[in-house]
Amino acid sequence: MAQVTELIHNYLRHNKKFPHVYCAGCGHGIVLGSLIRSVHGLGYSKDDIVLVAGIGCSGRMAVYVDFNTVHTTHGRALTFATGIKMANPKLKVIVVMGDGDAMAIGGNHLIHAARRNIGLTALVLNNNIYGMTGGQSSPTSPEGTVSATAPFGQLERSFDIVDMAITSGASYVARGTVMHVPMLDGLISDALEKPGFNLVEILTPCHTQYGRKNKFKTVVDMYTWYKTNTMKRELYAQKSPEEQQKLTPIGVFRDEGWPGLETRYAQLRTKLQEQESCQSSAN
Amino acid sequence: MSKKKGQTKVTIYPDWCKGCGICIAFCPAKVFVLGADGKSHVAHEDECVGCGFCELHCPDFAVSVTPRTAIHSAVPSRDVRAEPPAGPCNPDPGPEPLPSPTTPEVEHGNQKA
Repeated sequence: MAQVTELIHNYLRHNKKFPHVYCAGCGHGIVLGSLIRSVHGLGYSKDDIVLVAGIGCSGRMAVYVDFNTVHTTHGRALTFATGIKMANPKLKVIVVMGDGDAMAIGGNHLIHAARRNIGLTALVLNNNIYGMTGGQSSPTSPEGTVSATAPFGQLERSFDIVDMAITSGASYVARGTVMHVPMLDGLISDALEKPGFNLVEILTPCHTQYGRKNKFKTVVDMYTWYKTNTMKRELYAQKSPEEQQKLTPIGVFRDEGWPGLETRYAQLRTKLQEQESCQSSAN
Repeated sequence: MSKKKGQTKVTIYPDWCKGCGICIAFCPAKVFVLGADGKSHVAHEDECVGCGFCELHCPDFAVSVTPRTAIHSAVPSRDVRAEPPAGPCNPDPGPEPLPSPTTPEVEHGNQKA
């Protein structure tokens, strides 16, 4: 375990202000560390990675990490990433989005990126709230939770990001939490290595905007909640329906290894070039 | 990753610690205490079992757990998921200060206002 922290420091832009902007106990820092460890563990060069981030707390990640980074407009991180991947398929493109970024403003882009199965690694940092803009309800705020825009409790039902990605056709779909970091390292490493559209939903606490209004006294209470209310999906499947309602399954939900759009595009190009050369030689 | 007590050195970088309390609450050996300055402090270093939970779960990269006997290596092993090599690499090289994460900040003239 030694020198893990030092390893992370090697991948940070130290001319940016540190400690980072995230609130005390925010899980985004843990995700940043996990991402860096996964990239380092797989042996990628810093220049081979492109990190595309949208707007929100998660968007700050593109500022701190020393890869090629793009900080894009709200919800459009996946569209920028699609362009980057199609232009240069050799690059490893990681898209970091928040839940509002991925499911509300960029909801359509997520559906279609998954449908195209373009070779991206999408990390959706789900903190159940719009944290940076003042704590409005997001599409993933659970029913009944209090927020700035729902002071008497959220009346709408929430999105399940994993179900949404599976239905839309993503190749690899997983869910992890910031309380289960060794597992999260493994999920992000898998999502980086596999072909096609790989999505990892990461449950991360926002105590400042979400926890304080929803009876979590400290940020540690939120981590304890993740510890007691999430369960590996194999164990979750054995529980009764009443128990399942209180729990969230984590783990890998789909792992198909379908080839990405950029691979199929390259194959089509080669095929058409061969046809054309055959025709010209016949003439 | 040994489970024996007293084989690790635990360091907190106070400039980066925000005092969220994750290391204090979840450390299985209760190594940390919250100081009067609102930051985490190492109180019982000899109790540390070297599980590395604090290092992995610190959102601010402010905790470092290093073996007391290992040489301080600038380039850590590539695969973080692999087990670290067993046994001490060298006889005790003596206490060696870890590089402070604040040093590069100072070099770039980017201190707190």
